[in-house]
Order: sequence, then C-alpha cells, then structure tokens
Amino acid sequence: MTKSDLKPAVLLLEDGTIYRGHSAGKIGTTTGEICFNTGMTGYQEIFTDPSYFGQLLVTTNAHIGNYGTKNLDAESNSIKISGLIVKNFTNEFSRKMADHSIQDYLETEDLVAICDIDTRSLVKYIRSKGAMNGIISSEILDIDQLKAKLKQVPSMEGLELSSKVTTDKPYFFGDPHSDHKVAVLDFGIKKNILECFSKRGCYLKVFPAKTPFSELKAWNPDGCFLSNGPGDPASMDYAIATTKEILDADMPVFGICLGHQILALANDIPTYKMHHGHRGINHPVKNIVTGKCEITSQNHGFGVSPDAIKNKLDKVKITHRNLNDDTIEGISVIGKKAFSVQYHPEASPGPHDARYLFDDFISLMSSVKVNS
Amino acid sequence: MPRDLSIKHILIIGSGPIVIGQACEFDYSGTQASRSLREEGIEVSLINSNPATIMTDPVTADHVYLLPLTPESIIQILEEQQIDAVLPTMGGQTALNLAIEAGKMGIWEKYNVRLIGVDIDAIELAENREKFKQLMIEIGMYVAPSRIANSFLEGKEAAQEIGFPLVIRPSYTLGGTGGGFVFSEEEFDDKLRHGLNLSPTHEVLVEQAVLGWKEYELELLRDDNDNVVIICTVENLDPMGIHTGDSITVAPAMTLSDTAYQRMRNDAIKMMRSLGNFAGGCNVQFAINPEDEKLMAIEINPRVSRSSALASKATGYPIAKIAAKLAIGYTLDELKNQITKTTSAFFEPTLDYVIVKMPRWNFAKFAGADHSLGLQMKSVGEVMAIGRTFNEALQKACQSQENNRNGLGADMKEWIQTNDILHRLEFASDDRIYRLKDAIRLGIPEKTIFKLTKIDPWYIRQIKELVNLEMELIRYNVAQDIPEPFFRKLKVNGYSDAQIAWLLRINEQEVTDQRKALDIRRTYKMVDTCAAEFEAKTPYFYSTFDEENESIPSDKKKIIVLGSGPNRIGQGIEFDYCCVHGLMAIRESGYESIMINCNPETVSTDFDVADKLYFEPVFWEHIEEIIELEKPEGVIVQLGGQTALKLAERFHKNGIKIFGTDYPDMDLAEDRGAFSDLLKELNIPYPKYGAADNADEALVIANRVTYPVLVRPSYVLGGQRMRIVINDDELEEQVLSIFKHMPNNKVLIDQFLERASEAEIDAICDGEDVHIMGIMEHIEPAGIHSGDSCALLPPYSLSEEVIETMKKYTIKLAKALKIKGLINIQFAIKEDKVYVIEANPRASRTTPFIAKAYRVPYLKYATQVMIGAKKLKDFDIQKHEEGYAIKVPVFSFGKFPNVDKSLGPEMKSTGEAIRFIKDLNDPYFRELNKKRSMFLSR
Repeated sequence: MTKSDLKPAVLLLEDGTIYRGHSAGKIGTTTGEICFNTGMTGYQEIFTDPSYFGQLLVTTNAHIGNYGTKNLDAESNSIKISGLIVKNFTNEFSRKMADHSIQDYLETEDLVAICDIDTRSLVKYIRSKGAMNGIISSEILDIDQLKAKLKQVPSMEGLELSSKVTTDKPYFFGDPHSDHKVAVLDFGIKKNILECFSKRGCYLKVFPAKTPFSELKAWNPDGCFLSNGPGDPASMDYAIATTKEILDADMPVFGICLGHQILALANDIPTYKMHHGHRGINHPVKNIVTGKCEITSQNHGFGVSPDAIKNKLDKVKITHRNLNDDTIEGISVIGKKAFSVQYHPEASPGPHDARYLFDDFISLMSSVKVNS
Repeated sequence: MPRDLSIKHILIIGSGPIVIGQACEFDYSGTQASRSLREEGIEVSLINSNPATIMTDPVTADHVYLLPLTPESIIQILEEQQIDAVLPTMGGQTALNLAIEAGKMGIWEKYNVRLIGVDIDAIELAENREKFKQLMIEIGMYVAPSRIANSFLEGKEAAQEIGFPLVIRPSYTLGGTGGGFVFSEEEFDDKLRHGLNLSPTHEVLVEQAVLGWKEYELELLRDDNDNVVIICTVENLDPMGIHTGDSITVAPAMTLSDTAYQRMRNDAIKMMRSLGNFAGGCNVQFAINPEDEKLMAIEINPRVSRSSALASKATGYPIAKIAAKLAIGYTLDELKNQITKTTSAFFEPTLDYVIVKMPRWNFAKFAGADHSLGLQMKSVGEVMAIGRTFNEALQKACQSQENNRNGLGADMKEWIQTNDILHRLEFASDDRIYRLKDAIRLGIPEKTIFKLTKIDPWYIRQIKELVNLEMELIRYNVAQDIPEPFFRKLKVNGYSDAQIAWLLRINEQEVTDQRKALDIRRTYKMVDTCAAEFEAKTPYFYSTFDEENESIPSDKKKIIVLGSGPNRIGQGIEFDYCCVHGLMAIRESGYESIMINCNPETVSTDFDVADKLYFEPVFWEHIEEIIELEKPEGVIVQLGGQTALKLAERFHKNGIKIFGTDYPDMDLAEDRGAFSDLLKELNIPYPKYGAADNADEALVIANRVTYPVLVRPSYVLGGQRMRIVINDDELEEQVLSIFKHMPNNKVLIDQFLERASEAEIDAICDGEDVHIMGIMEHIEPAGIHSGDSCALLPPYSLSEEVIETMKKYTIKLAKALKIKGLINIQFAIKEDKVYVIEANPRASRTTPFIAKAYRVPYLKYATQVMIGAKKLKDFDIQKHEEGYAIKVPVFSFGKFPNVDKSLGPEMKSTGEAIRFIKDLNDPYFRELNKKRSMFLSR
C-alpha cells in the first residue's frame, strides 16, 4: 500500500484550525484534548498509559511504528489515548520480538489515527495556543459536521476521568510473601509501577479509585500508593478525602503524577491546568535535597500551583523542581511519612534515573516497622 | 558548583594534521572549546601544527602556537605563558597521547599545571583492551570472549581457544588501525604479525567475531556532580564488522524499542561511571543481538570524538562547548541550552527529523588498496543529511557526497549483473547501499539481502519503497503526467528532479518547471534540540517537503557562501577555514551571512558562525531553492574549493550574481585551451600541451610535445588519475583507463618539465591592484602534486629574477582574467625560465597557510574585495616575515597496507603541518631537502 492510496483524513481543532492528512489505524471519528509527546522511543507504552485517557496524542518523532508492538510492552490492558496524530505512519516494522504491526494493533484496539501531518507545525501551534479539544476523522470530511461534533466534547478542566480507567474490583499483584504490603489506589495506574514495587519486595493490593480509607486499612498495609491517572485532580474529592485520612493515620504514602497532585490537594495546595503540559522522556528535574539531577519521563497537563505552595511551606517541603520552567516536581509532607513526584520514576517509556524513589519509599516503610 | 575561579589561563591541545580517523571534527571541538572558555573570561593558549584550522586563528584563541605536537613545544609554551590548566580532550587521541607523555615526563607537575576534563587512568583503562574487558565483566556487562596477546605464540594460543571467525585488534591505535577479521587459520599468521607491529605496545586482542549484531553509539555528558545526560543515540545501518567511521549511521535509532534503549542507556551510564570521575564527554558503543536483544559492550571513549561532532550537529547540542564549561567546574544544571537559551543544558535532545551520516571514501586515490570495509576506518570524510523521513535523509546524503550521483541511484550508474551485486552485498565496499537498491530492483528477496548484509530489514524495506515508487513513476511519459500527490511523495522520499528526469528519460528542467508549477517547494524546519516543545531562535535549518516553512527571510541584504562538502583528498579543512572567514567578513560588511554546507565535522556548520545556516547538500537543486527563498544579493563560490566553483556555471546561466570573479573569466582559467591561448597572447610561457578526445589523438599530441608527458582528465580535483608517462604504450594504457572510468571527458596531455622546480603564488586582485600574498617554493621537483610536496614560504632557492618574473606573470594574469578576489597560480621553473602550469581562480589549499604564516587576515580581505566592500588600497597589510614556514604533507598510508606509497601528480596526502624555521641551516629542513628527489614516481 503506498501513501497516495490512503484514505484522506482530517484533524480539526476547537479554534477552527484544520490539518489534512491520511487515515491510519481504524477508519472512523474520534475526539479528545490534543497534546504532544516528544519521546523518540516508547510509543506503545504511551498509547496504553491510562493517564492519556481522553487525549489526542501527537508524536513528534519522525517515524512511528518502526519496531511494531509487543504485548508485554503495554502499560495497561488496552490503548488509552483517544486518537493518534503522526508524521510518518510506518507500518513496515522490524523487531524479532514484536507481536504485531502498528496498523494491526491500532485496528484491533479500535484506534483512529491520522498521518502525514506536519506534526512540527502542530506542536508549535499547541505550544503557542495551549491545549484544546480536537476531532480526527477519516469518515467525515465535512468541516461543519465535525465542528458540530467537536462542540459536544467537554473541556478537560474539571473533568473527573479516573473512575473510567480504574479497576472494577480489587486485585493482588506480586509475591504474597514479600517484605512489605502496599495498598495501591488505582486512578489509572501504569503496569510498570506495580512491577517496580513488586521487584523491590512489595506485595500489592490494587483498589478501585473510590475505595474508602477504611477498606484500605482493613488490609493492614505498610504503606499506601497514590497512582497516576487522567483528568483534573481538583475534581477528585473522594481521593483527596481518602488521602487526608491516610495522612491522619500517619501511614507512609507515596504519590506519582496525579497521585502527587492529590497529595498536594490533601494539604490544601491547589492545582492548576497548565498551558500545554509536560509530555516526554527528557525532562530535567533537580532533587533539591541531594543536589542531584535526573532526566525524567513526564506526562501531565495539570500541576501543583507554585504560587499557592509558597504559603504552605510550613506543611510541605519542595523536594524536586523542573530545571526548564521551575515548576514543582516533588514534595514531601512535613511531619508525615508522605512524599510524591509529578513525574514518572517507573519510566516506561523513559529513563530510569528516578527509580531510587521506590527504594526511598521502601526505606520509609521499613523505618516505620523498625520504630513500631 | 560554579566555575573554578583559580583557573585563569588554559592550554588547549589540537589534533595536528588531518589523517584518516582524526579529521577536522577536532578543529570544530577545539574552536568551540576555546570560544566557550573565553566567554568565561579565561585566557586561552592553543597548540596545533595544522595551519588549515580555524582553531589556530587569532580570532579563536589569545595565544596561538603553530608548533609540532611534542613535549618540547609544550615546555616552550609553559615557559612563555602562565598556564593554570590544560584541556587535552578536544584534540583526539593525538592530544591525549601528548598530555600523557608530558605527564610522564613530569612537565605538568613542574609547571604546576592541572589536567582538566580528563581522567588519565580512565583513558588508559578504556584503551587497554584487556583491562577494559575485565572491568566490563566486573560490572556485569557482557563482552565478546577474547584474549590478549603480547607475542606471536600467545596470539596463536588465543586463536586456538577462541576459534574462527575472530578479530584482531591492536591496542592503542587510532581509528581501528591494524584491526581485522580473520576467517580462517591460513590468513591468521600474517594478520597477527601486522597487528603486533602496529601496536605501540606490541599488544593485540584476539576476540570472537560477533558478525551481524546491530551496532549503536551513545554520546554522554557528565559533570562534576555526576549528573549524566545522553545527547544522542546513533544506530549504524551497517551492522557489526564495519568500523563505525565507515558505516552509514542514523539518528535517532530507527529500530530500537524503549525497553531495549533504556537498558542501553543504563549500561552506558554504568560503564562511564565505572571508568572514573571525569567531567566531560564520553562515547559508548554497543552491539545488540537482534534475535533476543542481548546487549554487548564494545567500546568506551572518555573524550570528545568524531561522533560527538556528529551528535552536536545532529541534535543542535554543542557538546564540546558544554564539555569545556564542565571541565572548569560548572555543573549541567547551571548551564543553559545553547539553542533555546531559556531551558536547561541538563536535558536530552529530542529529534523530530531523521539524520543520515554517510562516509566519503577516496579509494581511487590509493592504487592497490583493499577497497573492502572492515574494522579499520578507510573513509576520508563524511556528510550528514537531515530529512523528515529516513528515505529523504538517505537520498540527501547521497546528493551531498558529490560523487556525481543524484541520489540513491535512479541514474545511469546502476548495476545489473546479479552475481556482481550479490558479491558486493557480502563484501561491503563504498557502494554497498547503492548495490542494495540494485538488488531489490532485480527482485532479489529481502531474506537473501539480509543474509548477506545483516542490514536490519527495516532499512531494506524502506529502500524497497523507493524501488516501488520508481516502478510507479516509469509508467508516466512526461513530467506533466505525474499527479500532484505522487509527485509530492517522490520529493518527500528525497528524489531530486534529476533522478525523476532520468527515470522518465526527460530533461531535468522539465521536471523542475513542472514541480514549481505544482508549487511543490521545499519548506525549511529548524534544528532546535527539543522537537519544537520550546521556542528557539537559533537559525539552523534543513529542508523538507512539509506544510510550514520556518525559515522566514529577513529584509537585510544577504550573501550566500557555498561550502566545500565532505572532506576528501585534495579538498579538505582549508576550505572550511576560508568559508568561516568569508562569513565573518560578510557580517562585518553589514550583510547577513548565509552558509550552505553538509559536512558535520566543520566549523562552518556550527550554528552560530553564520547568521543563518542551511545544513543542506551543496547540490544544485537544494541551492536553487534556498536562493529563491532568500533572494540574496549573490553567492560566493571562491571559498568552497572546487565543489563551489563547479556550480558557478549554473549560477551564471540562471542569472544569479556571483561575487568576485565572473563566471566567464573563471571558466577561462579552467578551460585549458582558452587559457593557453590567453597565456600565448600575454607572452607567458607554458608547457606544450594538447587535448585529445581519443587514444589516436593522444598519441599524436604526445609525440608532438615529446615524452615524458603528463596525462590527465580535464576538470578534476587533486590531480585525480593524473600520471606521467614516458612512451606510447604507457600513454595508450593510461588514456584508455581514463576514458573507461571517466567517459565524456577530454584527456589533457602536457609536456612534463623534468627536473624543473615548482612554485606557486597566491594573490588577491580587486580589478585594479594585485597583492601578492605569498610565494611558496616546492622542495621536491615538478611531478609531485603540489598538495603532496613540501614547500617553503618564502622561496629559498629561486633567483630574484625568477621571483620577479613570477610576480609579473601573476599581475598580468590576474588583470587579464579580471580576477576579483583570489587567484592561485602554479609555476614550473626550468633553467631559470618560468612556465605557468595552471591558474585557480579561487582560494587554494595554501591560502590559509600563508595567512597563518604571515599573520594577515587574507581571507577576510579577499572576501571584502569580492563583495566590493573594500579595495586593496584600503588595507594596511603588514606581513610578519621571519625565517621560513615549511608546509609538510601528511599521509594516511598506514590504513592501506598494500597501497603504492610512491608520490606523483595525483594527490594522496590527507593533511598538512606547518613548521617554522629560522634559516636554511635548520636540521629539519636539511633532511627534507636531502630527500627531495627520492619519492617521485609516476
């Protein structure tokens, strides 16, 4: 199949901007908030990361699909992005260990994608105009029809999405004879977070997002984990309330990404919707406590308010900062055994520089055990 | 930690003359480092014996020492300057070896000089194969089974233990010198002996050969606080078994999953840390087994290297510049990204384009050389191409090569014999990528191609896509028939108009016209380190066929300088020196300076040398598009060697202004017949000559001018295929060989002036006045190419009368040719009679040499004259005349064990050194002079 044989497709943004390209993946129509990821590896991990739920993903790497897809590389049980926008959709792949080509994978997973787009120009546009909703279609090419459909898509701000991607019922992960028991609140967790815990000697019980504290406590865990996930953290009253209870119980707690925002909110520090977020695997973070720097994997459209936190420095300590824009990348709660980071120490995709945070959490749980 | 304020004066060691495996990338790194340190208010002294470099220019450093790279020179500098620290990581293995030697002699200690940016133990550990292997095993890395051998006997034992195929790698050699595969016992003894001989410590590593694994390179930077970033990951298209310097390489990695890549990243950092605690650049090489993605550590180089120059250009992240700052104590988080200026230098660049690096070989220059590629680097230069698809970048790389190809094939040079093609796939040479496409075109299955080449199927399939496109294209008859989307698709895949024209058997202009009618034009995208995540203002662009054009022309008056493309024998770093000075002069004269070049090793392609950089092939179609976008006042072709000059005709025909000497006058100098007529008219003697279209004519001419004669094709570089012949038989053989290899060419036959002296003059003419920059007299007699002969500035044995005659002829010729800018004239002197051999209406190989020796910014002056900003009388030229400067050619014969090392009219040297002497009693000069006639062959 040569490109000129491909079906035409269109991408329409909320402000009326139109990009025309060709259809890839499933023929159809899809909507979501547009965002871009600058990683050069790990497209499959990104597609399947539940934090991307409800988003149209632009990949900046020139070719996507070169090494196919591999079932084991998925970060959850299905593709979570709403749509995909690429420059070169490269269905010819080469990897001995791959299971599928990208086209087969997207078709099986019902994902609508558009290719042959000037993704660089699109990224520049998002960079200047900010995140906004968009619609991709390879079946409707009439702009007015698309505009009408796009109008019905709600704004990401104020949107609660965790309950759409969390587990239905609790499940266990890892070796029951492990040293530590961690209660995981699943707001849309990536598989590799569980792997990182379990490899370090943790037995996990993963709970649905809206599980009350009493249920977590009933399992008698050594610590709690607040996972990553999609949507606006400020809309998640239930999670904020649970986290407050965990803190009151003085239980060790660790949060990643959305979990970090929830921990801040539980300490009355507000979050805000960023202009276009941080998504990529090359974001520089400085650990203010150790003075060391780490290259991190990031994926967030909301952040912890850097202004509001200034008034709460008696309650929380800023532990990590972004070296590019000085945004808050990590906090710890003073007088509690709680800390969190905005980025993804579990990586997948991305560098493993920050994996020490899992070890830190395990040390924290161990120290509590020794003391009691 | 902020910078170490106790360091006030730093010595940078350069890499010396250009040799294979150590080229002008170190001029780039040294220049960057020097500028980076001076930015901090640090005084910089610099030593390098290579006069063709920008680093040794007064604009780069505070104190420049054009001295031999020896401990004695170091002592001289340390006596004269208050040096606090030495930075030896910018000048390749040569600089490191000198730093180590000086260290062992206690020189650094004596003068209280600190070594910065380097850990000598780490260097020695990385270079010592056995220790390196042991260390890798200790830290849990997998390495190929191997044994070290210090004697012939030990080598034999090792082979018995490891079995065949195996690899022999001599310790402490450059660019894999002396390394090679051994497939059977029969060839083992010779190769072992050769390896032991080449190693300065007579040590070789006998290692199991891992053929067919995929090869990768990572470029790392680390600071004093042990913060590490990976600047670039490069995937070799050619798998293990071909030296990375001879491999086509691609960035970002095309066929690497995140899981595999992150393991590689982790291991690279682990390997770097295991070596020691140095702050600076580091290159790590890996192999991956495509079957199970098992990773193998190959090599680590704890210094700035050829690949870091490439990585800098590929990503926009200036590694040497940052590494220099790390060496004086800064940490990465204290520094800014040099492209965005707002974000942190502690980050990992991300690409939204594809880079293809393609080596440039010069096998034709080494008669008898083994043309096969292996563990030892044989290329003399490289090009880099940038595109939005792999195929676009690949074809642009082919267009950048300047070897008369218009892209990846689709010209008349395809092979059609299946057996020949299969053989070339298995035994790689400089044309393997072209043969791979031929194979696909002939329907050879992908599996077979993979079996023979072990090139990842992804690449084979990309090239197959090109073959499919060509099949589709040839269904059309004329350019107007090609539907717009398909036409665009061809361009997106990198096809030049010339290739499309050839496939349709039509005229290139028809294709171009139709393309423009369809408005299929190049757009330009920025290389910005961050895939557009942040705003960048650095004017570093490449072309592609996409929607948005980011290169918005300013309303300033602009001048374009054409670069000299890849380094090769006969055209090297000296032309980059000329281009850089040209750009500076243009800027100074109030114009916007625009650079077009495709050589990643150069200073001219550094993103802050010109006001705007187009990293593009120096290839007509690309240049024309840039000119149509930028609408410059004109172009300068005199500075980029023959590459740029060759394009003059097309500029002229298309009505594009050439600054300096006009095209018809330049052509007059290049056209042998017309030029001789001019000499005759001016009453200037020249050797008898004739031009022949066939062997019969050649015989008649040769007998008329009388043997010995000089035979050569017209319009070539560095005396390519030029020979001296002494009788009819030899002449016939030579003429037939030229017509075979270079059809559609004329053969020029010149009377050879035996035992004549040779000299050359470089001059500037502004249309009215002529200034003689310098006169260089060759030590060897006529017959050895001027690039290969030793020469003295000023002349040492020519009479006053001869010198005056040469000057007189130069002035006459410069005026007659209406030269505006530079001219180089070559003379032969026999029995006090002066003959003009040739005139080059452009910067020559010796222009930078003279500028350096006399300490006059001649290139700046020449450029200002070319663009009409100044006249010669506006300059107060004060030559620093003291003793003599000797130009000494340097060869890379060590890379080609069986090559004919004799010298003749065809240039073979890869680089040159400068050496100053007080008078002719100097022992170095006397030795050269004694041997003057020894090397001449034919």
